[in-house]
Amino acid sequence: MTGEARQYFRGAPDELLVRPLEGLTLIYHRPSGVTHIVDSPVPEILSQLDAEPCPASTLLARLARQYELEDGEGALDPLVAHLETLCEVGLARAVEPEAKG
Amino acid sequence: MKHQLTLAIGPAIFRIGSAWRAPIDALRRLYASYPRPEEGAIADFTVRLEPAGRGRRWWRPSVRIAGDHMLPEAAPMALRHGLLAAEMGMNLQMALGWRRHLLIHASSVEKDGRALVMAGESGSGKSTLAALLGQRGWRLMGDEFALLDFVTGAIHPFPRLISLKNQAIGVMRAEVGDGGRFGPLMAGTPKGDIAHLVPSPDAVAKMKEAAPPALLLFPRFGLPAEMRPIGEGETFMHLTQASTNYVACGERAFHALHDFVTRVPTVAMDFSSGEEAEAMIADLWREQAR
Repeated sequence: MTGEARQYFRGAPDELLVRPLEGLTLIYHRPSGVTHIVDSPVPEILSQLDAEPCPASTLLARLARQYELEDGEGALDPLVAHLETLCEVGLARAVEPEAKG
Repeated sequence: MKHQLTLAIGPAIFRIGSAWRAPIDALRRLYASYPRPEEGAIADFTVRLEPAGRGRRWWRPSVRIAGDHMLPEAAPMALRHGLLAAEMGMNLQMALGWRRHLLIHASSVEKDGRALVMAGESGSGKSTLAALLGQRGWRLMGDEFALLDFVTGAIHPFPRLISLKNQAIGVMRAEVGDGGRFGPLMAGTPKGDIAHLVPSPDAVAKMKEAAPPALLLFPRFGLPAEMRPIGEGETFMHLTQASTNYVACGERAFHALHDFVTRVPTVAMDFSSGEEAEAMIADLWREQAR
């Protein structure tokens, strides 16, 4: 199973506390009590995650629309890598397509 | 325990017990000017100075620091360093057990109703600078821990005895005329030569008066004079590392530290002497303190 086939979603709406910090972003993850200091594009990616799981390609399309990205195709692998990292630290969640619903 | 003393330092009350008389007598003398805890007040922490093993009360007496919170691998100390052991025991209780404020490993001084907070590694000069400024028109609030209020964002004092190390002892002996404010010189401790200094009467009298933070400094002693601003992200990271209870205090610590970092200007300051640092701080205070 490749990362691209997985579908990504966010946790409960109040799970993360997000605060700007002079070009960076502070995120407090309530379930773990861990504070993350992150740089772009992590906040942008998190802002596009929904409660409903969707593939990385859908997220990429949303990001491209929102931020007027030009090289959409080339950004898919880096996006998947970011999403997998976010899942590892608990800031995002993922399901396999067959497990959905 | 056989010998006991209860001390109030800032918002914290300690009960200190010792198998030996000498450390308690030394504490009693050095903390004589501090307000006594209210009758019936319950101690926040207990510190015990115990013999490090059977027979070690008399034979090459060796002190083990015990209390509500302990480090299992802490090495025993010689009885002649018993005062240091008591002070280390109190610091340990604060570092591991305090939850009423965000505890930042930093010194702090106050002027014009606002606080200057100085953070940095051990040996950065933050403690000596606080001691020096405390003699030169600032109110010493603490040389070890700055207590950040979760609600108001103010800094609360914790003016325990100032722990002077190595060269700082001579610097402060030259600065403070009153020899009675110094504790005994403890040579060859695990931290080098140590002598304690009683904060000025003003610092003790105002030990419950908090002040809003106006400037955060990261001093570094032993380098040519230089200053550079530090970004909010870097400051936040440094302060989480400098706090012993950031994780334990959870979400309120996150909010308090974010507010602090976004409100308080932060500067890294290299300096090579106390005089130089004092002049640099005076300029910074005039130009940057909010």
